[in-house]
Amino acid sequence: MTSFSARRVRADVPQLTRVVNGRTITYLDTASSSLQPRAVIEAMSRYYELRHANVHRGVYQTANEATEAYEGSRASVAGFIHAPGGAQEVVFTKNTTESFNLIAKSWGAANLGPGDVVLLSEMEHHANIVPWFQLRETTGIEVRFIPVSDDYRLDLNHLDELLQGVRLLSITGMSNVLGTKNPLKELASAAHDVGALIAVDGAQSVAHGITNVTELDLDFLTFSAHKMLGPTGIGVLWAREAILDAMPPFLGGGGMIADVRTDGYTPARGVTRFEAGTPPIAEAVGLNAAVRYLEGLGMSDVVAHERDLTDDALTRLELTFDGRVRVIGPLDTVERGGVISLDVEGVHPHDVAQVLDQFGVCVRPGHHCAKPLMRRFGLAATARASFGPYSLKRDTDVLLEALEHTLKMFG
Amino acid sequence: MSNLEDLYREIILDHYRSPRNRGELPTPPAHRVEGFNPLCGDDVVIYLNVRDGVLEDIKCTGRGCSISQSSCSLMSTAVKGKPLDQVQRTIDTFKELMTGHESSLSQDGERDDERDLRTLGELAALQGVVKFPVRIKCATLAWITLRQGLEELA
Repeated sequence: MTSFSARRVRADVPQLTRVVNGRTITYLDTASSSLQPRAVIEAMSRYYELRHANVHRGVYQTANEATEAYEGSRASVAGFIHAPGGAQEVVFTKNTTESFNLIAKSWGAANLGPGDVVLLSEMEHHANIVPWFQLRETTGIEVRFIPVSDDYRLDLNHLDELLQGVRLLSITGMSNVLGTKNPLKELASAAHDVGALIAVDGAQSVAHGITNVTELDLDFLTFSAHKMLGPTGIGVLWAREAILDAMPPFLGGGGMIADVRTDGYTPARGVTRFEAGTPPIAEAVGLNAAVRYLEGLGMSDVVAHERDLTDDALTRLELTFDGRVRVIGPLDTVERGGVISLDVEGVHPHDVAQVLDQFGVCVRPGHHCAKPLMRRFGLAATARASFGPYSLKRDTDVLLEALEHTLKMFG
Repeated sequence: MSNLEDLYREIILDHYRSPRNRGELPTPPAHRVEGFNPLCGDDVVIYLNVRDGVLEDIKCTGRGCSISQSSCSLMSTAVKGKPLDQVQRTIDTFKELMTGHESSLSQDGERDDERDLRTLGELAALQGVVKFPVRIKCATLAWITLRQGLEELA
């Protein structure tokens, strides 16, 4: 029944028809933020045109519709990641970063103390590093890192030693710099063997792989809608119901309470305890549409398509530039997503991105909020190209053409 | 590509490929000051030898894009050996250049900074940066760092 067509996906994304600097846009920055198909944009505008009201409050019809739309999105997300406890395990946040802050400041502060270890990896995004350092300041926990080896994959040779004293292993599903996908099932099992929990940064992996939290046996999962064809402003924290139920509230205010008196308050039960204030309702509607759209494409077809693009790009980069453009990441497509970080000989990534912009090519220069990883490989920055379901090999054609021009200009 | 050629003028590429006054000075007597662009990770380190109100020597190291590194190189040639008050004027004038002097120049009437802009010499090659707002921070990094170093010495 499935008939995935990247060309059809492309036709669904209005922004891909834009002309930039005289060229049709070549969008290769999906790892930073994906573009939205019409289905998402229209779902959000239909919501604003006809159904907007605050959620969990009114008794009138549109208020009910808004609440149903918001809660319906929670159920869709739960289905998408195979949450064993369903919608009651899905907390809406602002983004992946806020989801990690919620874990650290709620679960971490309540459960961790001096000497407890949180184990991260050298390939983490700052979102999964800084909240733990902040928690260290107030609780005296130890933050430890799994090293990354020269082949751009986790060095798990000393995992047993690293896991000693660990209460939480918090690790990315897919590096936003290297494209490396990590062996989550194996890591979850290793963490559980020492009585630790596992949290996974799914910002990249959820949109570019199949995430089944039940099968992987995870405890926490974080991700952002805008990296999976959805809108900005909404992210997800999934956690097992038993863990969520025992976590203290995060932000305080309306919506997260059961009762407020002049002598104190009682927090609400369930996920609303973590959702203070009016939530991102239209964004939840957009996220729901994005989840349905991705499910319609079929995630396994999306993965296969992006693997094909990555394989083609890695091969052609090597053939065309013969080492003058170095890939910072695995050179094969085994356990690897479509994120390709480039080090262009003699040209700083900012200059690379600037010249590429003149060809309408959107890539991201910089440290990608992963400075420990950059230091590990002695780099200040890379120019990163990344694929989405709407990417085509002709995007790589333009990338190569623009890179050739860059090398000529600075050579 | 005309915009791009405006940004990457030959003088800029030349200073990027062969930076002037590259290196370190022994501290002390030299003063060392470091500047970061936290957004992109670029950094410059500037060494200053100031004696009797004159910037006798300046050397730079650091890592960054062609704009940030050539700007540092061009700056070093412009201020080396100059009295501090003149260095300060050059810093002010460059800042003016980076905040879009083109519109103010098109206005009638003689202005002090107009005369100064002509004194920028090779530095004027960096004026193409103004058309690329994101890159202005690259061009000003070395200058902000120099100003900070001079303030620390004052």
